[in-house]
Amino acid sequence: MNNYTNEANKINNKTNNISKITKAFQNKKAFIGFLTAGDPNKEKTVEYVLAMAEAGADIVEIGIPFSDPIAEGPVIQEANTRALSKNLNTDDVFDIVKEIRKKTDIPLAFLTYINPIFYYGYERFFKKCKEVDVNGIIIPDLPFEEKNEIKEITEKYYVDLISLIAPTSKDRIKMIAKESTGFIYLVSSMGVTGMRNKIKTDLKEIISEIRGVSNTPIAVGFGINTPEQVKKISQISEGAIVGSAIVKIIAEHGVNAKKPIIDYVSKMKKATK
Amino acid sequence: MKKGRFGKYGGQYIPETLMNELIKLEKEYEYYKNNEEFQEELDILLKEYAGRPSLLYFAKRMTEDLGGAKIYLKREDLNHTGSHKINNVLGQILLAKKIGKTRVIAETGAGQHGVATATGAAFLDMECEIFMGEEDTIRQALNVYRMELLGAKVNSVKSGTKTLKDAVNETMREWTNRVHDTHYVLGSVMGPHPFPMIVRDFQTVISKEIKNEILEIEGKLPTAIVACVGGGSNAIGSFYSFIEDKNVRLIGCEAGGKGIETDYHAASISKGEIGIFHGMKSYFCQGDYGQIAPVYSISAGLDYPGIGPEHAYLNDIKRAEYYPITDDEAVEGFEYVAKLEGIICAIESAHAIAQAIKMAPLMKKDDIIVVCLSGRGDKDVESIKNYKQQKKQDKKIPGVRV
Repeated sequence: MNNYTNEANKINNKTNNISKITKAFQNKKAFIGFLTAGDPNKEKTVEYVLAMAEAGADIVEIGIPFSDPIAEGPVIQEANTRALSKNLNTDDVFDIVKEIRKKTDIPLAFLTYINPIFYYGYERFFKKCKEVDVNGIIIPDLPFEEKNEIKEITEKYYVDLISLIAPTSKDRIKMIAKESTGFIYLVSSMGVTGMRNKIKTDLKEIISEIRGVSNTPIAVGFGINTPEQVKKISQISEGAIVGSAIVKIIAEHGVNAKKPIIDYVSKMKKATK
Repeated sequence: MKKGRFGKYGGQYIPETLMNELIKLEKEYEYYKNNEEFQEELDILLKEYAGRPSLLYFAKRMTEDLGGAKIYLKREDLNHTGSHKINNVLGQILLAKKIGKTRVIAETGAGQHGVATATGAAFLDMECEIFMGEEDTIRQALNVYRMELLGAKVNSVKSGTKTLKDAVNETMREWTNRVHDTHYVLGSVMGPHPFPMIVRDFQTVISKEIKNEILEIEGKLPTAIVACVGGGSNAIGSFYSFIEDKNVRLIGCEAGGKGIETDYHAASISKGEIGIFHGMKSYFCQGDYGQIAPVYSISAGLDYPGIGPEHAYLNDIKRAEYYPITDDEAVEGFEYVAKLEGIICAIESAHAIAQAIKMAPLMKKDDIIVVCLSGRGDKDVESIKNYKQQKKQDKKIPGVRV
């Protein structure tokens, strides 16, 4: 095991009861970048995650591709299809993380759907997450009511199960926020992931309701793609999550996306300050 | 059993954006289920608009020809819009209207559910959008025009395998986009709770009628009920009132496609594994690492990689039996019932006919099989003609396996 992983595991086992993911929000506003593993290939995924870390991203979300990503818009759907067409599988994604961990200890979270995890075996999957030092998991089709499916196992392996709160959550906000770990993923808009010109939801109201019951950092995602949006989001929350815009850069530049990613993420991170 | 569960199956594996809507839907449904006025209104619609009760028809020539059990056909094909789908659609759209929705969306495979939803929406004055896999819009072009004629907007789904599964994905995505005024009229006993329960309840009219009709005609319960299963709504509708009647065999027929030993089928119970998809835990055809497998069937309506959670449960507790029927067997059934009974049935329903053809000769003359003839076959005539021609051509070329 390399140095970073050793160090990471120590942190992972929680210093002062603060998880590695939550720590990423301390004394700063976080920028969280997303990409789909295996798009355009395994090696480039490693390179692009490192590029994001270099450019100042505070957490990177790695999407494990799924055949039917019902919460995703066309940009990320197509990235899933591209990755799967090269037969990328869950074990490959763990290998990608192993490579990443040789170079950086940036907090990492997986984003995937419940079936690939169920199929892999919950115990086996999260044990592996701990081994390779993946610190959080986001599962768009696992709402509060069903999280007992994996809650104990994620806790056992120190993987933060990230809760999502949506514009329609209303009376569910308190219940979800109270049990949140890592950070709260505040879904900015109705519908699926993808770039939007304008965020119409009254985020301030939702955030103040969350703050009434929980100190878990809040990061806003869905639709964010400009520094101006990041600036606004950073004023009211602890972080901004950007997926489709980065995936689109990768779709456009393929194996030559490192520089455009660094440029874009640097610009976006700067907007958080 | 836990609420929303059938044993370990079912549940609500769905994005947070939809959770409050599902909770609200369940509450409203529980209220209207026991509301006499609502039930009366629905009964009138079913009777005066859909044409219920549907006939239970004694298939005399089939019975004589097969030489075993007596065969009855539950004629859901005679309903308005030509299939059982209207039972569920009228219930759901009426419910949606009561809870203040002005727009409905739905997925469709063969187009039967899309046509039924477009019809209900026209009749009950709701805006309507249908999502249909691009491949199915080609296979079922006539139904696309039907839906448009009825005032619905039909969206051709170009993602994934471009069939029913992808149509469901896209309808769910659209629902998360616009939930405040829109109800998703899910077409089968699948998806997140409360849909498997709601759709089952609205389809149970089939088995309630079968029970009354067969008792009146024969004075006893049938030996077996046979129905095709994709998601499984006509099957659960045909089974449900008989579940406590342990002597009545309940038989579901899955799409065996080119044979379950090949990769070309949609037999989620015979060949699938437990998984979690489209809001529910159930059986699904899956590839490596839990990717949902591309499935195949000659029938667009059965071309779905999963099955409703209550069927998964009935299979596990051995209360119902599920068998695959191949394309070839289904086409034979399609032709058989046309020639002997003068009924052109849907290729989906022909899977159930094929099972009856297999079973009946092995049974006694005082046994009774009720086959749910879930839909009519106008939509399939052209594609079956092409299928037959293709088969003929394949036979002419030496070395090509048929």
